[in-house]
Amino acid sequence: MSQPKNPGSELPLQQQEEVVIRFAGDSGDGMQITGNQFTLTSAIIGNDLATFPDFPAEIRAPAGTRPGVSGFQVRFGSADIHTPGDQPDVLVAMNPAALIVNINDLKPGGVVVVNTGQFSDSDLKKANLAKNPLKDGTLAAYRVIEIDINKRVTDALKGTPLSSKEIQRCKNFYTLGLMYWLYSRPLEATTKWLDEKFAKRPELAQANKLAMQAGYNAGDIHEMFQGRFEVAPCETLPPGTYRNIMGNDALAIGLVTGAKLANLQIFLGSYPITPASGILETLASYKNHGVITFQAEDEIAAICSALGAAYAGHLGITSTSGPGMALKSEAMGLAVSIELPLVIVDIQRGGPSTGLPTKTEQADLLQAIFGRNSEAPIPVIAASMPSDAFETAIEAVRIATTYMTPVILLSDGYIANGAEPWRLPKIEDLKPFPKSFMTSAPEGGFLPYARDQHLARPWVKPGTPGLEHRVGGLEKAHLTGHISYEPENHEFMVRMRNNKVMGVRESIPTPNVFGDSTGDLLIVGWGSTRGAITSAVEKLHAKRRRVSSLHLRHVWPLPKGLDKIFGCFQSILVPEMNMGQMARVLRSEYPQHNIISYPKVQGLPFRTTELVAKVESLLEK
Amino acid sequence: MAETQTPQPAPLTKKDFKSDQEVRWCPGCGDYAILNSVQALMATLGIPRHQICFVSGIGCSSRFPYYMNTYGFHSIHGRAPAIATGIKTANPELSVWLVTGDGDGLSIGGNHMAHILRRNVDLKILLFNNEIYGLTKGQYSPTSPIGLKTKSTPMGSVDRPFDPLSFALGCGATFVARTIDSHLKHMEQILSAAAHHKGTAFVEIYQNCVIFNDACFENFAEKGVRDEHTIDLKPGHPMVFGKGLDKGIKIEGWEPKIVPAAQADTWKSDTHSPGPAFVMSTLHHDPAMPRPIGILRDVKAPIFEEAVHEQIRAARSKRGEGTLKELIYSGETWSVG
Repeated sequence: MSQPKNPGSELPLQQQEEVVIRFAGDSGDGMQITGNQFTLTSAIIGNDLATFPDFPAEIRAPAGTRPGVSGFQVRFGSADIHTPGDQPDVLVAMNPAALIVNINDLKPGGVVVVNTGQFSDSDLKKANLAKNPLKDGTLAAYRVIEIDINKRVTDALKGTPLSSKEIQRCKNFYTLGLMYWLYSRPLEATTKWLDEKFAKRPELAQANKLAMQAGYNAGDIHEMFQGRFEVAPCETLPPGTYRNIMGNDALAIGLVTGAKLANLQIFLGSYPITPASGILETLASYKNHGVITFQAEDEIAAICSALGAAYAGHLGITSTSGPGMALKSEAMGLAVSIELPLVIVDIQRGGPSTGLPTKTEQADLLQAIFGRNSEAPIPVIAASMPSDAFETAIEAVRIATTYMTPVILLSDGYIANGAEPWRLPKIEDLKPFPKSFMTSAPEGGFLPYARDQHLARPWVKPGTPGLEHRVGGLEKAHLTGHISYEPENHEFMVRMRNNKVMGVRESIPTPNVFGDSTGDLLIVGWGSTRGAITSAVEKLHAKRRRVSSLHLRHVWPLPKGLDKIFGCFQSILVPEMNMGQMARVLRSEYPQHNIISYPKVQGLPFRTTELVAKVESLLEK
Repeated sequence: MAETQTPQPAPLTKKDFKSDQEVRWCPGCGDYAILNSVQALMATLGIPRHQICFVSGIGCSSRFPYYMNTYGFHSIHGRAPAIATGIKTANPELSVWLVTGDGDGLSIGGNHMAHILRRNVDLKILLFNNEIYGLTKGQYSPTSPIGLKTKSTPMGSVDRPFDPLSFALGCGATFVARTIDSHLKHMEQILSAAAHHKGTAFVEIYQNCVIFNDACFENFAEKGVRDEHTIDLKPGHPMVFGKGLDKGIKIEGWEPKIVPAAQADTWKSDTHSPGPAFVMSTLHHDPAMPRPIGILRDVKAPIFEEAVHEQIRAARSKRGEGTLKELIYSGETWSVG
């Protein structure tokens, strides 16, 4: 299975700065694997990139139908990449449904690769198409490459021990091979991955390799394309060691790192929920780091077990998505009351209720900040990119242990499943913040609710002689922690807990402004909108617009210094994937500024072009 | 060389387990007797106070941890099993006791109760059953009998109750027992057996609520009628009851029958199938039969938290103790510049 010598050498090789490819097929076609493999290879050869997997909630919706279409978009380039791109340059459509659902997103003049082997009358009918879009002019604005991938794969795998059904399941690797040829990528990384993945079924590894090679060779042999492309490594990536990382994995690694820096062991209590399950799965693989994972019977047991473990002296963590957050809220109040560290991870998805389980949204912000009974303040922080989830997770552990408080860490489906190259931190740059336990009564006696300079109470592990004490959800007397129904004590404790949480702002930096510190408009973002906002500001700078941006990691309490920064701009634009929740918070905290909300609630991230157009329309006024 | 002797701490007494908090149950409440028995039991276990942790949910019974001079966690309604699982799994060295009630443990927290029992976490559960909601002032509970008139059932309850012992057996509990707050000697034996069981021990304690459901157990639990109307199931002993222990139970097919004491079956709490225990747990559904108390089931099964820590040990011995470098610099990496 050697690669042909000088593959495609007779075809012209064009340099491109960046390309966006979208792989689209049936949810059983393996498009996510295809996209991930293309991403991995592109990362290894040094491109900067960003990805956007977009798949249905159903594991296998009826084959060939529009609801069953699964897509994976990857943007890779030799310059900085902040988003997965607004419009694909290339669309790979494995069936009519994939074609019709995605074709309107394709850039005019873009390339569409169609698997004609899946375009029978019954295929068209499943996609609810009266006419064949390959023949009715639907694709007139695009360059269409028609390949009968079904047949090509059958031919390529003749003589293998695979059944015809198994052979058809190798189609995605044929497609991948073809794209590797078109963009001059090596096959080694995927070959290695297949050997590892199918170590116990070598015949499947071999078949997929053959299919990939056939796709690769087809580029040369069949003269479908006028040329090949090359996307050079990104020269602007800072020096260092990199790996490709998805948001959920980065977040899980960040939690383990945070625990190690705090000198604590992790107890994760979690219940499977899309799109957060990956955190439970990844942490379950870190047992050699002493990580305990507990798949609880429900969301409430998940957080309660983590809180029990926190009482016992572990770093308690629970991970979930919006509906699970709603179920956990009573236990969060308990965590506030007993003042133990706990990290609550919310990978937001579209709602309300079950909503759009596999689509992204940022609409849990107000739930995170305010969504509990009574006065139950909790610090809230948000990751902005897949790799940023690593640092944000460490920050969540730092705040939780320093202030003896639950912390909510927000991410979303876009970050969770998206990937990008991650410049790995130097181990020596990771500063420890070891948490100490109280092991004996201080002078004057042990008071479970005495406080340090951060207003944090002491953490005592059960098992410590002489410090036996009781905690609970009833209001506690200041210092002793005994049950107290005294009116003045209650108000004192309510204010104390709030002051402690608001005190977190003393230990967080004022965010940097991207662009000039004065101007016509400041875009304020939080969470996963960062890439699109950064790209939009770059484009607006090129148009000489006086626009800057600022991104919030700490969303509650807000960092100090925002008032002064906001005052240097005519207006503040807050794009967010909800109906304006952060805008509402900012208006209430900073009523003196002109805060404009830009909501988007489609289960999809912002496009750079949308943001640019919005800013320009505001500046025209 | 002079022999140095490690000073042995003075043995603990019941008093050592009383906390400095004033006990605030209603006068005459059955909880006092249980608290007293538990404090006395603790002094016999040889476990230092700092190694003991009481966990509870919400309800009258759940105030229990405040009155024990040990570590304690009074949590939220129904969730004590989940919190206790977290505590025990994080620190298996602790002796963990869970105190709950019929509403807390079987209604709002029924799901958690089911799962802690099937997992077989090594902790002890004391479920105070008074067949009523006391702390909320007198509504019917999931163990209240049909027809019980309460504030929320002015015409009588139409809910079929369930039996806590049958519930626990159905969940695969490895130790299931029942005792009565007013039967101090029996309670002492059962609590001690539970304390020495390795795995989840589930003990239902009939506990009289003097305010909202007074005397609900009197027709079988009172001293004068107890011998005739209860049967104490003792593993390895014949199933006999009655004033002179003259009557016995024999299970024929699936049907328990009252027979002369000499013909009684020997009670086995460790049969392969929980079937006999299940039959006996519902004995009193036949009004002619005595109420079962004692030890219905006592079997061995793998301990949840031990298995969890065994996997961690195995992962460490196979892959070595995880380091930050290995954690972060894994997967496919590449260098730039």
